[in-house]
Formats: sequence, C-alpha cells, structure tokens
Amino acid sequence: MTHFTFIAAAYGVSFLGLGLLTLVLVLEYRGQKRLLVELEARRKARRRQAAERTLAARSAAVEKSA
Amino acid sequence: MALLDLANPVRFMTLSARVLPVLAAAAVVVLGIGFYLVFHAPADYQQGDTVKIMYIHVPFAWLSMFGYTLMATSAIGLLVWRHPLADVAHKATAPVGATFALLCLITGALWGRPMWGTYWVWDARLTSMLVLLLLYLGLMALRAAIEDPNRAGRAAAVLTLVGFINVPIVKFSVDWWNTLHQPASVLRMDGPTIDPSLLWPLLTCAVGFSLLFITLQMLGMRTEILRRRVQSLEARAAAEASA
Repeated sequence: MTHFTFIAAAYGVSFLGLGLLTLVLVLEYRGQKRLLVELEARRKARRRQAAERTLAARSAAVEKSA
Repeated sequence: MALLDLANPVRFMTLSARVLPVLAAAAVVVLGIGFYLVFHAPADYQQGDTVKIMYIHVPFAWLSMFGYTLMATSAIGLLVWRHPLADVAHKATAPVGATFALLCLITGALWGRPMWGTYWVWDARLTSMLVLLLLYLGLMALRAAIEDPNRAGRAAAVLTLVGFINVPIVKFSVDWWNTLHQPASVLRMDGPTIDPSLLWPLLTCAVGFSLLFITLQMLGMRTEILRRRVQSLEARAAAEASA
C-alpha cells in the first residue's frame, strides 16, 4: 500500500460515512413528514365525518319532533 | 422573555426551516474551499503527503468531543429544567457524534499505519477515543432499550453526565500519559505550533465540518420533533377509536 492509498482510503471512507449519515437522516426526516401529513389528513377526515354524523342526528331529531 | 422560553419546539421548527438550507449551503461552500486549500497545501517535511489525512482526522476528533459536550449540556437542560428541546437535542446529537467519532478512529488508523507502522495501539488517546465512541453507541442503545421515552431520556442524560469525564481525558491524555499519539499542536495554551500553510486549510476544514455537524444535528432534531408529533397523533387516534 502506498501513502496515496492510505490518503485516498481515509477520504473515501469519510465521504462514504458522512454521505450515508446524511442520506439516512434525510430519508428519516422525509418519512416522518409524510407520516405526519397522512395522520393529520386522517384526523381531519375523522372530525369531518363526526361533525356530519352529529348534524345528521340533530336534523333527524328535529324532523321527528316536527 | 427568557432565552429558555424562546426555545420551544414550535419556534425551533419555524427558525430551523429558514436556517437549515443556509447552513447546508455554507457547509458545502466552506468544505469546498477547505478541500481546495488542502489540495494546494504543501507536504509536511517529515510525513510527506500523508499529512493530508490530518485535515479530516483532526476536525472529526474535535467535533466528536464537541458533540458529546453538546449532549452533556442538553442532559443538564433536561435534568434541571426539563426543557423539551434539551431531550430532542440530546437524542439527535448521538448518531452524528458517533459517526464523527468512528470516522476519527478510522482515519487515525489509516494515518497511523504509514507513520507509526501500526493501525492501532492501546495508548491513552486512542483508547479514550474508542471509549467515547462506545459511550455514544451505549447511549443510543440505552434509549432504544427503554420503552418509556421520558425514562429513557432521563437515564441517557444521567449516563451522559457520568461519561462526560472521558472528554477531558481524551483532550489531555497526550499530556498526562506517554502516548504514541502526538501532543496537541493547534489547541494549546501557548498557541499553535503548526505552520500557517498547514494551519489555515485545517481551520477552514474544521469550520466546514462544524457547519456540516450542526446541519445534520439540526435535521435530526427536526425529525425527532416530527416523530413525537406523529406518536402523539397516533396515541390520540387510538384513544378516540377506543372511546
């Protein structure tokens, strides 16, 4: 192994290591962000359905009493 | 308003969304300049071109100690003030610090082989650096092993503070013991002993890697805050479904 090989190996391992760390962190961030958007959309849909059910029940009660 | 009040997760997410791209760009630019200077820096009169490993090895060593110090500060913030961002910062720093410590050991071994004739010796500097890496890994494993995140955070904070004793040992090991590793040549009471033609590329690379470290740590903090929001929403959805 020449000295150049050691220098190239040191820089190569460093770029690879930092590149992998960056990739993992970016993918993890994107994954959590996507999950959060999905959960919030589901939550909104659940609330909308609950509000519609309540409204339907109220109007049914009003019709019955009339 | 106290500084601690300013540092809440919502404000952090707003501020970091603006700061993160600037930090990432600055890291790339400064590292680019640093590597340009490294490429044009003269060879050392004794080590020849092998000295080029110093420009990455030394910043990795500094930043792995900086990362642990940041974790120890966060541990105090968590244990004393129970600050929500302190736990987030503590958790996000560990993988970044561990990577820098691992790269410090690998680049050190690759520098040691042509200069000392060996990849590894059990001298005080190398061994204490290995202990630092094991502390990082141990802290990550401890968090993963405890299910309750609050208990995991507190346990990790206590272990971080106990393990902080190793940071001055890493720094001063070359002064306290007779080691194969050379003594400090930059961070010294009487100033750097390294020639300016080698010092400036080293300092530029150190600034660039510091910016990269902070960028990655901040990204990790943002991910952790999002993860906690996801967990909270999932718990709320489960509670609503069971009600």
